[in-house]
Amino acid sequence: MDPLDAGPLLDVRGVTLQYKTRDHLVTATYRVGFEVFASERYVVLGPSGCGKSTLLKAIGGYLTPAEGEIRLRGEVIRQPGPDRMMVFQEFDQLLPWKTVRENVMFPLLVGGKASRAQAETRAREYLAKVNLSACADQYPHTLSGGMKQRVAIARAMAMEPAMLLMDEPFAALDALTRRKMQDELLELWDETRFTMIFVTHSIAEAIKCGSRILLLTPHPGQVLAELNSTARGASAEARALEERIHEMLFAETIEAPVARA
Amino acid sequence: MRAPEQRPSRPEYLAAPADATEFGVVEKPLSLWETVANVAILRKAAILIVLALLWELYARHLDNPLLLPTFSATVHALVTGLAGGELAARIWTSIKILLIGYAAGIALAAILTTFATTTRIGNDLLETLTSMFNPLPAIALLPLALIWFGLGPFSLAFVLIHSVLWPVALNTHSGFVSVSTTLRMVGRNYGLRSLRYVGLILIPAALPSIVTGLKIGWAFAWRTLIAAELVFGVASGGGGLGWFILENKNTLDIPNVFAGLLTVIMIGLVVENVVFRTLEARTIRRWGMTTT
Repeated sequence: MDPLDAGPLLDVRGVTLQYKTRDHLVTATYRVGFEVFASERYVVLGPSGCGKSTLLKAIGGYLTPAEGEIRLRGEVIRQPGPDRMMVFQEFDQLLPWKTVRENVMFPLLVGGKASRAQAETRAREYLAKVNLSACADQYPHTLSGGMKQRVAIARAMAMEPAMLLMDEPFAALDALTRRKMQDELLELWDETRFTMIFVTHSIAEAIKCGSRILLLTPHPGQVLAELNSTARGASAEARALEERIHEMLFAETIEAPVARA
Repeated sequence: MRAPEQRPSRPEYLAAPADATEFGVVEKPLSLWETVANVAILRKAAILIVLALLWELYARHLDNPLLLPTFSATVHALVTGLAGGELAARIWTSIKILLIGYAAGIALAAILTTFATTTRIGNDLLETLTSMFNPLPAIALLPLALIWFGLGPFSLAFVLIHSVLWPVALNTHSGFVSVSTTLRMVGRNYGLRSLRYVGLILIPAALPSIVTGLKIGWAFAWRTLIAAELVFGVASGGGGLGWFILENKNTLDIPNVFAGLLTVIMIGLVVENVVFRTLEARTIRRWGMTTT
């Protein structure tokens, strides 16, 4: 069956998000709507200040929309839950008091999703997938940044969630490690076909990692376009798409001074 | 116009890095002296020995056992006291009440901090109470405790709880507050709520601050207890270490006074260097949550 016939896994409808700072009420996104289907690599792309991270946090259940609603399999999202595992940008997302293996096992155990033996098997399996079997008994502070992000990905995938929410997971890595991690992520996807929402501000990363790309405008974030990414390895098309997205995102900033003059 | 760039005429080249077997020593073990000097406990033991030696020499030079008995005389009194069972009984009396007060203080601090973490009014309550009571010396409450609870272990426990509760609650709370947003979000992502969230995420994440609070609380409790015993000392069954010191002062048995003080110091050293150090080594040091 075509996955499109089953209906969207995630349905975001007219979502306006606001949060309060010390002296302002900030509107992060304004009436954003999109659908994510099973096994999609859905990328939310936009310049800083377009509310993409806030949007991801709302899907994660950390904040409630001021307007509109977010439904996962038809159910309105009200609070955070292990069916939407998050991978954060920060390296301190692993629990420092647990070993790598225990970090992967912990959410399985507290959620009652697996017995200790099952959790151990699953942790071993997913750590092998991210090539970290050798580090299973180390504590996170002994790992490099890239390794920590791999553990976080293994931890999220081991839960076999409805979808993975990735908030610029590679942004704090050096360029070489980032490229390697992107390749590994795609390999993992080839293996398990998980659904993910991937937030990034890098156009190249969006085209490389995504199958479908949502473009947001800044201040507040509004949908600008939803595009299909190019096939992997089609570097000429990818470059053309990159240019096209670049033009779409930055057209306003180039036109603006002309309009004012 | 810019001048055309001068290309360097230096040639490119490829090098062949030497094989690892060729350059002999990469890691060399440290010498015996360096290894010994790296053990903190040995360095500290050396300091203690030097201090004891200075004491012994100065006391012999002074030659006035009423003012300053020698180190050896003090150790002799200490050993006799321990062997006779009197000093041991006094230590046990002190430790017992100390542990009761310490445990009760920590339990109350846990309740107060949990309340402060989960509600805003609890937070305000904790902040107000700690700023009121933390600067208040426990010993200043002793007259009041004597009126309320009489001459006995209850009064001691009361001032002990007061001395432990506030520093532990304050440190634990500031530890909770400083847990990173990412870790909080991770905990909630796992579906952890209320007490499980506090127990499984906040407490381990705030452990460095909590251990600091426990250490300060222990030092305050120990100090308060000895002082309180010095003031009124006798619980119904017999006094503790503070009373032992006071009693021996009254009978001018000065080596025993020093033996009592030495005991207080030694218990402090043991708890700090063995109990808390082991706790830190097993937890925050192992987890890389501390830099020292």
